Amino acid sequence: MTKAMTNKERLAISRVLMPEQDAENRSRNFEEVNLGLTQEQAIQEAQRCLNCKNRVCVQGCPVQVSIPEFITALAEGDLVRSAQILQSDNALPAVCGRVCPQETQCEAKCVHGVKGKPVAIGYLERFVADWATANADQLAPVTPAEPSGKTVAVVGCGPCGLTAAGELAKAGHAVTIFEALHDTGGVLRYGIPQFRLPKDIIDVEVARLQQMGVEIECNVIIGKTLTVAQLSEQYDAVFIGNGAGLPAMMNIPGENLKGVYAANEYLTRVNLMGAGQSETCSTPVLKGKHVAVVGAGNTAMDCVRTARRLGAERAMIVYRRSEEQMPARVEEVHHAKAEGVEFVMLTSPLAVEGSDDGWVNALRCQKMELGEPDASGRQRPIAIDGAEEVLNVDIVVNALGTRANPLLTATAPELKLNDWGNIVADDDGATALPGVYAGGDITRGGSTVILAMGDGKRAAAAIDRYLTGK
Amino acid sequence: MFEVLSNETLAPNLHRMTVRAPRIASARQAGQFVIVRSEKGEERIPLTIGDADVEAGTITLFIQALGAGTQKIVSRQPGEFLRDVAGPLGMPTDIEKWGKVACIGGGVGTAVLFPMAKALADLGNEVTTIIGGRSKPYIILADELAEFSSHVQITTDDGSFGQQGFVTTALQALIDDPERRPEAVFAVGPVPMMRAISELTRPYGIKTLVSLNPIMIDGTGMCGGCRVQIGDEVKFACVDGPEFDAHQVDFNSLMDRLTTYREQEQHCRLDDQLNARKAS
Ligand SMILES: Cc1cc2nc3c(=O)[nH]c(=O)nc-3n(C[C@H](O)[C@H](O)[C@H](O)COP(=O)(O)OP(=O)(O)OC[C@H]3O[C@@H](n4cnc5c(N)ncnc54)[C@H](O)[C@@H]3O)c2cc1C
Ligand SMILES: Cc1cc2nc3c(=O)[nH]c(=O)nc-3n(C[C@H](O)[C@H](O)[C@H](O)COP(=O)(O)OP(=O)(O)OC[C@H]3O[C@@H](n4cnc5c(N)ncnc54)[C@H](O)[C@@H]3O)c2cc1C
Ligand code: SF4
Ligand code: SF4
Ligand code: FES
Repeated sequence: MTKAMTNKERLAISRVLMPEQDAENRSRNFEEVNLGLTQEQAIQEAQRCLNCKNRVCVQGCPVQVSIPEFITALAEGDLVRSAQILQSDNALPAVCGRVCPQETQCEAKCVHGVKGKPVAIGYLERFVADWATANADQLAPVTPAEPSGKTVAVVGCGPCGLTAAGELAKAGHAVTIFEALHDTGGVLRYGIPQFRLPKDIIDVEVARLQQMGVEIECNVIIGKTLTVAQLSEQYDAVFIGNGAGLPAMMNIPGENLKGVYAANEYLTRVNLMGAGQSETCSTPVLKGKHVAVVGAGNTAMDCVRTARRLGAERAMIVYRRSEEQMPARVEEVHHAKAEGVEFVMLTSPLAVEGSDDGWVNALRCQKMELGEPDASGRQRPIAIDGAEEVLNVDIVVNALGTRANPLLTATAPELKLNDWGNIVADDDGATALPGVYAGGDITRGGSTVILAMGDGKRAAAAIDRYLTGK
Repeated sequence: MFEVLSNETLAPNLHRMTVRAPRIASARQAGQFVIVRSEKGEERIPLTIGDADVEAGTITLFIQALGAGTQKIVSRQPGEFLRDVAGPLGMPTDIEKWGKVACIGGGVGTAVLFPMAKALADLGNEVTTIIGGRSKPYIILADELAEFSSHVQITTDDGSFGQQGFVTTALQALIDDPERRPEAVFAVGPVPMMRAISELTRPYGIKTLVSLNPIMIDGTGMCGGCRVQIGDEVKFACVDGPEFDAHQVDFNSLMDRLTTYREQEQHCRLDDQLNARKAS
């Protein structure tokens, strides 16, 4: 290595720009939007990091990735060490580097952000993770501990379940994941589109777990095929990570018209079943000319950008608050705008209107204005008397969010639930049932990939202590 | 992977298939269904569990090959495999001791009806079964149903078997006979048939249950695609149903939603079936 750079030199480097597919092109294909940094770009960006002593960025990461350490190794060009540091802290770095809301987590804390732009921690995480996948032969495989003779059942193959399974397998326990759908990944597979998160990333991760001995049984619905009580009988411990897969309805007239989708159905058809992505796919999806997506979270952005890719001329976000209040990741909003998505703000749906033969033809909305701040500190939207707007659309997608699905909990009455139907668990993930742990969206309500993974990791540690008596 | 053990043709396009699925066989109750995907890239198809053998670890499916998805499934020969079979899904039939009940099946609905009728008979109900079909070859499971029914009545649209006419005519006769009037009616078949039966029993206040078949994807309450209007509530048929109180069901909305993908599905055999029963 050449001689160390001074902080002044580091501060003088400007933040890297992520190379991306041309907006016009990409709004019509399903290929990944962000192309990834080159090695030169990544190393230069890594050199911006000041390797701070008090590691404020780490405090912003829900799983405390050793950010300065992996970035410093990268800046030095030691990719093997960088990858090892990253992988020992984060089971799915290729996923988190792509989908974490970095601007409110790790990057929000970075000292660079005080005066300029934070280090692009997410882009670097993605770079190192992708490098590690492409160069797996250079990395020592994880050697699981001696078999403990203990068995654990994991319910749900989303980020939470996958993380828990990986940690438990590393500790030497025999793990079986039971998944309700016919494929792995949870929301990573059926929710987040591949233009944000290519599906082979999940496949690689799943294959890695299987190599470590984790068994995955798809098509098993806990609460139907088997119950939690049966799992408790057959396994030494149980971990529940079944997510929050139950769509919230808009509860407005016209919601049953043809052309009204809940986000989960729309995204599942396209992402899990492949509808609209190839001519040979047997599952259909309606391709609208004018599409309104109600809501402004990540799910809404995914739906509206999917609508563009399915050919919509007009694809709109309809949101009752203002742009600054949208909960989606900043990058998704930027990308959506560049792809020609319209943002119809301060607008709240009143009714879906349809033709005589039952097809959607309009969304009738109430115009809103911002009033006093509410309990959450955000200005409350208030209806403007008499101000309505009619959007002529042929598809309406409701992306108002999801809640806990009662399928599993209804058959396990001993589990304690909160008022929203989420399983109550302590910081270790322990539930009211001995030997049964839970985490991710089923305990938190809809949250983030990284928080779900953090839960899986903590619960796995607690399960390990429970099983080994340590 | 789920092995196909037998596959026979009962009527034109109607197959009876047994599949090895031990966990589902043990867990299932009458009225529940599975979701089947024959291979990668195929649609997820909901099919009622017609019967199960816990000891052999098998389930029986009755499949009407309507479109591409169901045709792929019935093309599987014994020894071959179905990639995905998930279940049992849905709520079991609410089986009570009613006394006299009428069980009515139309087309492939007769297969869906079979486990319900059997469970009702097992509990000591006196079951009158009415089976309807386009013509003789479409009448299925008559002998099987006769084993536990006190009467089996058959109607065909063209009179080629049993009584000519619709199942509603036979049900009306049953209701008009004070000796045989049912306390409850269970009906499964094309939507227009279920709607006609619902309208027939409504003025008499006879409890009527129907099994609905909206388009489904996951079958676990995750996607909301199977929503149906029941009274003033929206229900998800895959988790709250598929059986509902017929007098509360909005059949028009269900019929309409079933046509959502008609353009994409060129092979709409169902249409003939629907048209054939429009009059009933
Ligand atoms: C469209 C969309 C976009 C999102 N975008 C982002 C983003 O950009 N960044 C971010 O951080 N977060 C995002 N999120 C949120 C994030 O995906 C979730 O918080 C996260 O996936 C939760 O992980 P989980 O493992 O708890 O649950 P899930 O990912 O929901 O996985 C649960 C799994 O359990 C299975 N399952 C359910 N019930 C049963 C049962 N009874 N038996 C067996 N298996 C069962 C499900 O099929 C599923 O595979 C997004 C969510 C959605 C819906
Ligand atoms: C709970 C439930 C239980 C069922 N049980 C059985 C059964 O035991 N045996 C059986 O043969 N069928 C059953 N069905 C119906 C079966 O799922 C459909 O016939 C099948 O999905 C059609 O798929 P396809 O690809 O072959 O036809 P497609 O090409 O998809 O469709 C052909 C025609 O059928 C219509 N259609 C699509 N989906 C459905 C549906 N879910 N129900 C009715 N019509 C539909 C289409 O609009 C089109 O007109 C059941 C459906 C449900 C919801
Ligand atoms: S896991 Fe997410 S929050 Fe943590 S460092 Fe990586 S990108 Fe940032
Ligand atoms: S706060 Fe920023 S500059 Fe400091 S160590 Fe973390 S990433 Fe590097
Ligand atoms: S099939 Fe998806 S909710 Fe019923």
